[in-house]
Amino acid sequence: MSTFEQRRRVAFAVARKDLTIEWNSRILVNQVAPFAAIIMVLFAFALDNEGILQRVAPGLVWLATLFSMLVVIQRTFAVESADGALDALRVAGVDPSAIFIGKSLALMVQLFALELLLVGTAVVLYGVEMSLVGFAEAIVTLLTATVGLACVGTLYGGLAAGARGRETLLPLLLLPVVAPVLIGATRATEAAFGSGGAQVSEGWPWILLLAVFAVIFAVVGSVAFGPLVDE
Amino acid sequence: METVIELKGVVAVLGSFPALAGVSLSVQRGEILLLQGPNGAGKTSLLRVCAGLMPIERGTGSILGIDLATNRQDIRTRVGLLGHTNGLYLDLTVEQNIQFWASTVGASQEEVANAMSTMRVDGRLAKVKAGQLSAGQRRRTALASLIVRRAEIWLLDEPHAGLDAAGRDELDALLRNAVAAGATVVLASHESERAAGLATRTVTVDGGGAR
Repeated sequence: MSTFEQRRRVAFAVARKDLTIEWNSRILVNQVAPFAAIIMVLFAFALDNEGILQRVAPGLVWLATLFSMLVVIQRTFAVESADGALDALRVAGVDPSAIFIGKSLALMVQLFALELLLVGTAVVLYGVEMSLVGFAEAIVTLLTATVGLACVGTLYGGLAAGARGRETLLPLLLLPVVAPVLIGATRATEAAFGSGGAQVSEGWPWILLLAVFAVIFAVVGSVAFGPLVDE
Repeated sequence: METVIELKGVVAVLGSFPALAGVSLSVQRGEILLLQGPNGAGKTSLLRVCAGLMPIERGTGSILGIDLATNRQDIRTRVGLLGHTNGLYLDLTVEQNIQFWASTVGASQEEVANAMSTMRVDGRLAKVKAGQLSAGQRRRTALASLIVRRAEIWLLDEPHAGLDAAGRDELDALLRNAVAAGATVVLASHESERAAGLATRTVTVDGGGAR
């Protein structure tokens, strides 16, 4: 069997395993999604003005995504360290880049579901309206931003997993790195929502930035995850 | 006889502490080698070196003919280490855990069923989450995972811990069967009387050395 085929098989096994864990435990559905929705409601209380909310809705969606993502990443590596499973994967010589790809894929699925919920909440709570083209741009934005966030989240989650004080270390390490995604995704979503008179066409350069970020961290993560986890 | 583990003057460091100080050891295929010695003697470090997890600072070594200094990743795919933790996913069922390990090496459904049956984690227990198992049941599930991974050398750190009397007898029988099928077993155990009855040879590890 070729190395590529082996890597593909292990990556899908890891992704399926992470999603099965979520299906069995329902942490995303029962805890993270309500947490994200509560953040959106609290933003609505804090900025209790429909005009302001519509204008800042894209930024609020992505801030809520980042905060919720931290919880999901902590969780996805907590299940690995609870009974030494990540160590067992290392011991078994499982290809680290396949582990990285598998965990990133599972994180993408979970983040995308969460983002759809948050955009839906913004539409309902903040009165956001979208054209059909804007809706398509919003979906492309979600997809490209999700790939970048999942890759960088998996990389830094793996880095923090073995460290003392990992719960506080992860946000410190991760939030500055994902600042470009926050900026790019917010601008692209503003264009999709038409916030502050933005045009849909203004969003595409930002989506390109998100795509570049995603590619960089997918490549860096595949190469660096093994040495990071091994340390 | 084929030599599967060959260490010559191996020095390994844990932080700044010399965990192994010039260990020389030779293990033949089909042996059950017992490592005995007090806590902190270096038994676990020796197992981790043999698993390709701990780098060696000095000396030379090969596992299954693979150089320990240059190719530890290849060694890991051919040996199985069961340490103090079981390496299970507590939110997955017993069957899902073993299926996962099987899928990482492409093991068949038949191998999964055989491994679960051998370690008595089939039937009703197969559908129980690992987090709800007793310590002994978790240990048996971890051993079943080791079986489906088709490890050629089994490195076991306190394998009898948490098992009841019947489980210990079954483990001993399993290890003898594994050896009969061509595997080699190196185990560290404080239960010296039981383990000595199982082992074909005993090595004492103390102060980072082996004799």
